[in-house]
Amino acid sequence: MKVIRSMVLVSVDETSLEHGAQDVFRAFLDEIDKFGLSDQIAVTTIRDAGIHGDTPLVIVYPDAAVYGPVRVEDVHTIVEEHLYKGNIVPSLLAMMHELVPEISWMRRRQGTLPVQKRIVLERAGIVNPESIEDYILYDGFQALGKALTQMTSSDVIAEVEKSGLQGRGGAGFPTGRKWSFVASTPGNPKYVICNADESEPGTFKDRLVLEGDPFSIIEAMTIAGYAINAHDGYIYIRGEYPLAYRRIENAICQAEAHGLLGDHIFGTDFNFHIHPHAGAGAYICGEETALIESLEGKRGMPRARPPYPTTYGLFGKPTVVNNVETLANIPPILRNGAVWYREVGSPKSTGTKVYTIFGDVNFTGAIEVPMGITLREVIDIYGGGMKNDKKLKLVQTGGSSGTIAPASLQDVPMDFDSFRNAGVSLGSGALLVCNEDTCVVDLAKVILRFFRNECCGKCTPCRIGTLRLYEIMCQISEGKASLLDLDLMQQISEAMSEVSNCGLGQTASTALLDFLKYFREEIEIHIVDRVCPVGVCPISGRLPELHPVS
Amino acid sequence: MEQEVKELDLANLVNKEIEKHGARRDAIVPILSEINRVLGYIPNAALPEIRRHIQIPYEGVFLADSHLYSAASFYKMFSLQPIGKHVVRFCESAPCHVMGGRQVIQALQDELGLKPGETSEDMKWSLLMTGCLGVCSVGPVFLVGDDIYGNVTPERVPEILAQYQ
Repeated sequence: MKVIRSMVLVSVDETSLEHGAQDVFRAFLDEIDKFGLSDQIAVTTIRDAGIHGDTPLVIVYPDAAVYGPVRVEDVHTIVEEHLYKGNIVPSLLAMMHELVPEISWMRRRQGTLPVQKRIVLERAGIVNPESIEDYILYDGFQALGKALTQMTSSDVIAEVEKSGLQGRGGAGFPTGRKWSFVASTPGNPKYVICNADESEPGTFKDRLVLEGDPFSIIEAMTIAGYAINAHDGYIYIRGEYPLAYRRIENAICQAEAHGLLGDHIFGTDFNFHIHPHAGAGAYICGEETALIESLEGKRGMPRARPPYPTTYGLFGKPTVVNNVETLANIPPILRNGAVWYREVGSPKSTGTKVYTIFGDVNFTGAIEVPMGITLREVIDIYGGGMKNDKKLKLVQTGGSSGTIAPASLQDVPMDFDSFRNAGVSLGSGALLVCNEDTCVVDLAKVILRFFRNECCGKCTPCRIGTLRLYEIMCQISEGKASLLDLDLMQQISEAMSEVSNCGLGQTASTALLDFLKYFREEIEIHIVDRVCPVGVCPISGRLPELHPVS
Repeated sequence: MEQEVKELDLANLVNKEIEKHGARRDAIVPILSEINRVLGYIPNAALPEIRRHIQIPYEGVFLADSHLYSAASFYKMFSLQPIGKHVVRFCESAPCHVMGGRQVIQALQDELGLKPGETSEDMKWSLLMTGCLGVCSVGPVFLVGDDIYGNVTPERVPEILAQYQ
């Protein structure tokens, strides 16, 4: 297998192309081949490097050296000195002060690309997930030992608050604050729940942690239990993940046998028990109050809130509910300290984020990178570019309940704040990449069908709204709708997001609203011209020439 | 005869799960899961059997069969009727759809002669739809029983199904 240790990006915007970027790109391929480095170095292009004086630009990762302007005759030197011998060539570097913020900002991420910065998935794939010895060998249970023997429970909460860790389940709520709420709420017993009901379509980051590093979740839950003074924890694993369930069950057994779970952990007075619990196929159970209802043996229907689980959770007691990825961050934070953690990621959104990337890209899978990387980088570097060199049309971020980022938003840094400002949600970290052959009506139909199927039926706006939206979208795809239906969909969607009881109803129409915002023209073509420009909807028989649709 | 065996099984199954999880409310879904896994569906007779075990007066837990029916009918992995020997579950989520799922579900329907949600008359096959299975990087994906198939093309469907007798 190829192990890429370095990445060369050549800018190919208009001015770069005028200045011979194509030849520079080819020269890099040739030179790298001559030095026999083809298996170690990837060459790719980057659009809109955003500079006009020093084009074409060449950016070399992981050193984040920005060269420019690069001429064909410079390529040999860069390859020989930098890529072969490992010395940056100062005389060829671009002038930093002339770089646009996007590029100079990339410079700051020296050492991070193309190597992934792994915290959550640090051990996944490296240790034997069924061996506690392996886990301990790789720093396992150090954080728990430190917490139990050197820290008070309020120290633990303070450290987590200081780290700035935000919940990775989608909402981004500060984890430390959630813990301190529960710790300060009167009531006994208290519970810790690990939400491993990862049902958001396209999301499998939690599965990788549960299957690849199950002990880290056991350790993190025990730390959470210590912090809030709980003695019982539940892991709610979705029924579709039987392997994850077996690994967690095994991890619990081994940890108990080693005195790292159960009574008198680490020889202290602290007792903590973890109960694995398998779901039975219900998307809605990822919502924390529905999950609690389901744990209690009922239909997984979300409760009315407030009271929140922090005050009225499992069996009516104060409960912390944390996502798997959130918990996986806890041991490294305690082991290395909050200051270390804050150095990763962007200042407002600390740490790394696990993304799952799939759809029309060359490489699919999961990556863990610092907060603040852009969509373009994810697609070009980790996704290996678009499949068959097709054009990017849109990315759905955060699973089916997530937002739609059209190609124009692909340079927004992906962290909670920047994304929120751009109207995009980070959500669960799923990135569904769609090329120009994707019909938005067809995609919207699939997404709306999903919510119609998964709606629990408890509240009226969601129960009726999900059905009506799906029906209208079907009519559009059959050429039987009118333009007034678009306004109707807008109204239904807004009503659902305002008055639905839980996140399912509130976000079921997120994608639809974005489609109406960014791709209205394409939907209108279905209605007015009764034509599906891509040619997948039922109305499309013989298709006229495809018109470019923005 | 067959009915008697099932009743005996039921009592055993319920007892086994209660030992593992305790006679508590949070054991209900695991018990239902186990019955569904072993028998392929949850027979009506299972509900009173579970109810008899999970009555905890001092915790105020008084279950009715209707509570259990309410839970059993909610979750998608449970079936309340007998289903086929081989259950094909096709992922109908957006990622698999984008990666060519439409052609695969069509091929499955053609090959099995079933529509989604149907069971063949000889009880050999059931074709069901499922939510995301969490293996989106190899979509489109479907399950036959517990076996998972990824990167499926319509052409591969007949050979995959032919493995199951």
